[in-house]
Amino acid sequence: MSGFYTLLYKELLRFWKVGLQSVFAPMLATLLYLLIFSHVLEKHAQAYPDVAYTVFLIPGLVMMAMLQNAFANSASSLIQSKVSGSIVFILLSPLSYMEIFLAYVLASIVRGLLVGVGVYLATLIFFEVPLRSFLWVFLFALMGNGLLGALGIIAAIWADKFDQLAAFQNFVILPLTFLSGVFYTIHSLPSFWKGLSHFNPFFYVIDGFRYGFFGVSDTSPYFSLAIVAACFLTVSWITLQMLKTGYKLRH
Amino acid sequence: MTPAIEVKQVYKRFGTTHALAGVDLEINVGDFFALLGPNGAGKTTLINILAGLTLASSGSSCIMGHNVVTNYREARRMLGVVPQELVFDPFFTVRETLSIQSGYYGLKNNDSWIDQIIYHLDLADKVNANMRTLSGGMKRRVLVAQALVHKPPVIVLDEPTAGVDVELRQALWRFIKQLNRDGHTIVLTTHYLDEAEALCSRVAMLKQGKIVALDSTRNLIKSITGCSVRLRLSPDILPSVLQPLMGSYDEGCYILAVNDYSQIENVLAALRVAQVQVLEMQLLQPDLEEVFVKIMGSAENLEPV
Ligand SMILES: Nc1ncnc2c1ncn2[C@@H]1O[C@H](COP(=O)(O)OP(=O)(O)OP(=O)(O)O)[C@@H](O)[C@H]1O
Ligand SMILES: [Mg+2]
Repeated sequence: MSGFYTLLYKELLRFWKVGLQSVFAPMLATLLYLLIFSHVLEKHAQAYPDVAYTVFLIPGLVMMAMLQNAFANSASSLIQSKVSGSIVFILLSPLSYMEIFLAYVLASIVRGLLVGVGVYLATLIFFEVPLRSFLWVFLFALMGNGLLGALGIIAAIWADKFDQLAAFQNFVILPLTFLSGVFYTIHSLPSFWKGLSHFNPFFYVIDGFRYGFFGVSDTSPYFSLAIVAACFLTVSWITLQMLKTGYKLRH
Repeated sequence: MTPAIEVKQVYKRFGTTHALAGVDLEINVGDFFALLGPNGAGKTTLINILAGLTLASSGSSCIMGHNVVTNYREARRMLGVVPQELVFDPFFTVRETLSIQSGYYGLKNNDSWIDQIIYHLDLADKVNANMRTLSGGMKRRVLVAQALVHKPPVIVLDEPTAGVDVELRQALWRFIKQLNRDGHTIVLTTHYLDEAEALCSRVAMLKQGKIVALDSTRNLIKSITGCSVRLRLSPDILPSVLQPLMGSYDEGCYILAVNDYSQIENVLAALRVAQVQVLEMQLLQPDLEEVFVKIMGSAENLEPV
């Protein structure tokens, strides 16, 4: 197992060297979102009774920052070593595909959580955000980051170039996050869009996560957890198959 | 005894290119082995298959008896590969690169061996430099070091001396010879045939994905019959009786092909009779390069696969 620890350590060291910008940038972005949206919409939007719109926004923004960073961590690390060729050092080693998978996903989770905690703490300076159940919050954070970490691996294995990875990020990950109810509850949507949202796994990640803070949600948190866990397992299985067969890695 | 490397009927196709077309090869433990062949012959492909970087289309390969696909973890522990391409991870220093690589093999407290490698490859004053800042030859040294961190019994070097200065080349081979004496099996590819001839006891020649020669270096060289004599004459005229032996004339020297040493006596006698004086005489032994050229030439018409 110590090969696995080394790879995890290497991934974390890389993230560390890339710089704390990867934690501070999303903190700043989130505060800007909050500033703008709360200023514009505070009077007009009310998602849940007793929850101010700005406060309602916070868990969604925290989760969005986590998802993007978890994805970016595994994806950018892998594509970089693939394009530069330094991936051979991992491929030459006796690391099993399971160890490779776990190391990348765990590193993504660590980065996601760090960013999430940073963003959350930053909002606490200006707003009072309740935290009803740490366990729900933690479970959804873990699953969400894990899911995106695995998706990052898939995207980076599939992509041959940086711009293909960027396309995956812009045309798949970004729309799914923005349309997952970060900025609204889906009850406010026309029924067609509401129905469609139920096919977006990110919706359940954010809805369940928000439940942990406010104790209210659009869908039952148990149901959300089941969906998110099922997605995580499916995506993990696909990632493991790709690593096992050496798809686009071992020619 | 289990061979260090065993390759059985390995084929590899890339689209319509047949990179390997039925390779069989056995390399014994302790061998110093050269894999030779022109550009595109399939040397790197074969090495990548052994390393698991490429998957064979069919056939099987084993490292120290461990199948490289079904028992890949053991096989990879036994193998150290210096890749042909200069690759490096720009995030880390030389020391970090080496200890991370060693960690992948699950090795702890490996620092004294890493220090030895650093010393032998003359990397000591660069250990804390970022990989990005190293020169090409320095990066090559780190690549060699990375292949050795886990003290693999089988070491494969894919053109390790391409673009490397004389000093490192000598230091590298000294170190590799030392490892060979300690029992490590060495396989190398190179386009410098004198290098292969000086170092390697056995040679395989690959052409268009097929092994066209496989023997000890000595036997291969012996297979070339005869040798050549290089003569500078005064007056600079070759007697007509010697014309049939004439190989070439260059820079004032005649190069004559003779079947064996006794024929040299006849050549000298003929010169004396013609009253031609020998100013300079040099015996040219056949070498691996000659064998290579001859074998690649005669294998010119491999049937298309
Ligand atoms: N990934 C790949 N995709 C397509 N073709 C490939 C790939 N890798 C190698 N080939 C082809 O396989 C053949 C053998 O290539 P290989 O790299 O094994 O040659 P080599 O003997 O190492 O040559 P060199 O001396 O130039 O390093 C070549 O025709 C090459 O173009
Ligand atoms: Mg090659």
